[in-house]
Amino acid sequence: MSVLGYTIKRLLQMVLVLFAVSVIVFLMMSFTGDPVFMVIPIDSTAAEIEQARRLLGLDRSLLSQYFIFLGDMLQGDFGRSYVFRQPAMQLILERLPATIEMVLVAITLATAIAIPLGVYAGANPNRPVSRGIMAGSLLGISLPGFWVGMMLIFFFSVRYPLLPSSGRGDTVEVFGLRLSIFTADGFAHIILPALTLALATLAIMLRITRAGMMEVMRQDYMRFARAKGASRRSILFRHGLKNALIPVVTIFGLQLGDLIAFATITETIFAWPGTGKLLIDSIYRGDRPVIVVYLMLTAFIFVAINFLVDIVYTLIDPRISVK
Amino acid sequence: MADPLLEVRDLRTYFHTFGGVVKAVDGVSFDVRQGEVVGLVGESGGGKSVVGFSILGLIDPPGRIEAGEILFAGENLAAKSEEEMRSVRGGEIAMVFQDPMTSLNPVYTVGHQMDEMLRLHTDLDRKARRARCVEMLEQVGISEAESRLDAYPHQFSGGMRQRVVIAIALLAGSRLIIADEPTTALDVTVQAQILKLMRRQIVERGAAMIMVTHDLAVISEMADRVVVLYCGKVVERGRTAEIINAPSHPYTRGLLDSIPRIAERRDRLDQIPGTVPDIRTLGKGCSFRDRCFRAQPVCAEKTPVLSPVRGSLDAACHFPLEETAP
Ligand SMILES: Nc1ncnc2c1ncn2[C@@H]1O[C@H](COP(=O)(O)OP(=O)(O)O)[C@@H](O)[C@H]1O
Ligand code: SF4
Ligand SMILES: [Mg+2]
Repeated sequence: MSVLGYTIKRLLQMVLVLFAVSVIVFLMMSFTGDPVFMVIPIDSTAAEIEQARRLLGLDRSLLSQYFIFLGDMLQGDFGRSYVFRQPAMQLILERLPATIEMVLVAITLATAIAIPLGVYAGANPNRPVSRGIMAGSLLGISLPGFWVGMMLIFFFSVRYPLLPSSGRGDTVEVFGLRLSIFTADGFAHIILPALTLALATLAIMLRITRAGMMEVMRQDYMRFARAKGASRRSILFRHGLKNALIPVVTIFGLQLGDLIAFATITETIFAWPGTGKLLIDSIYRGDRPVIVVYLMLTAFIFVAINFLVDIVYTLIDPRISVK
Repeated sequence: MADPLLEVRDLRTYFHTFGGVVKAVDGVSFDVRQGEVVGLVGESGGGKSVVGFSILGLIDPPGRIEAGEILFAGENLAAKSEEEMRSVRGGEIAMVFQDPMTSLNPVYTVGHQMDEMLRLHTDLDRKARRARCVEMLEQVGISEAESRLDAYPHQFSGGMRQRVVIAIALLAGSRLIIADEPTTALDVTVQAQILKLMRRQIVERGAAMIMVTHDLAVISEMADRVVVLYCGKVVERGRTAEIINAPSHPYTRGLLDSIPRIAERRDRLDQIPGTVPDIRTLGKGCSFRDRCFRAQPVCAEKTPVLSPVRGSLDAACHFPLEETAP
């Protein structure tokens, strides 16, 4: 199939998935309390409540409510936050750069460490260093993120006050986005939350890389590459790694989506003003429009990452074709 | 006579496995002269591949070269560091592996993998390298070479892949080619074609080749001299014609009798009885004795040593065959 045809097919699939998500989100929201009480004053009369219901469209049937919801979304209207009285989408988009920034730093860190260590451990499985790496990665997987975050704060902010543990620090506008990483203060602020977020991903990617490399090391073409006189480094990273990369990319994609969607705990611990913290606050306040947009956006991000991952597969392995 | 290009002296390569020490190569000696094709024959498990890998220093733990010298143009390869061996591999000595289906890296184009050899061992620029690759592919009989360079291994048939692997081995102008059963995976017609092609390439450029095979029929057409391996030891060696016509070792005799094409003339086709023994448990005595039709009590007592028998033939046997043997 042509690349264009493939892309169109995948885009249609994405739309279908998002549609399904919208139904689920809508139903979930409809069964979790009556939002009318979020918007009216506490001492409203029954008549005022009825009036508010009508205004909000809550008196209509579930089906027609859904179609209003869907129609509005298709026109780019995702509703207004009950709390902030601002478009919910805008609210989230304002905070998204903070989350994405932290997640990208975390996943870059995780990848940059996991891949070389995984390759080393896979190529030399019997060396003590490799065993140490594997033991460490097991720890990384099993320690809960919030605990790691708290330990990092304890050691690097409280015991030895080297790094800040709260907020984004100074930010600077780059291409219209407010980012921390390009200021010294902001960079210092991003280190601990990114580390916390990176740890589990690092450990998982490392183990996947190692497993793939161990399998690849047995292959004839690796020995043939040696017989050609290729350097050890080229043998491992060019001949070996590329063959071990498919599962690593899969995990990378899953983890990336996961970190963006569920950075909540880390953002809470480090008072990082991202979408995760907004989500938690919105759940507490029953701010439905914000929750809905958040869930829809998360679904969109997952579906988009999935699509990109599939494209990357075909770039890595010529035997995988678009279909 | 000119000094040999390669002298293997008392090579011992052992694998230290959980089940015991596997003496895969146990005191092997032979020479390869320039312009010559030497056949390394024997049944599967005899140690042929391990000899090839030992020469290139490609033995990995639990394997180790325990003793011996591998003199290539006067330098002992067995004593070289990994870094020094890198320029020998592919440059001075190239190897064709046993299985064409798995020797090529599936995620790189054939052109890329050929180019790598030239990048590593020549100073040619991009264009010159590409031209050289096209020329080499044509020489090994791949048509439309230019466009095939951009194809991936899985787009080639087994025979084509093996041609590519051979082309890679021939690419950098190595002085010695080690071909480890280069044609076993291929059907007979393709096999003959490829062998002819390799032989021509070697002869034309005055290089030398070690032709590893379990097939004496291939050897009889390709090799100038033959080294017969059994359980990691050389049991017979000598000029091809003499060995094919009248081998002096019962094992070689057995190998010959089991080849249809050659045995036909003797109107008899026999497999060697029994199977190759477990080389971890070999004690003293001749390791072929359980399968040998000439075995005597002394064969279990004394290990025969390789010594001249007649003409160019050396054999490790207490009772070598006469020239007139049936
Ligand atoms: N990596 C290894 N570990 C343990 N034993 C090995 C290894 N490689 C080869 N051997 C043993 O060495 C012997 C010779 O093997 P090989 O050289 O592949 O035989 P051939 O090529 O003649 O068929 C066999 O008994 C084989 O089991
Ligand atoms: S030494 Fe004895 S057993 Fe071994 S090959 Fe010669 S005759 Fe046979
Ligand atoms: Mg072999």
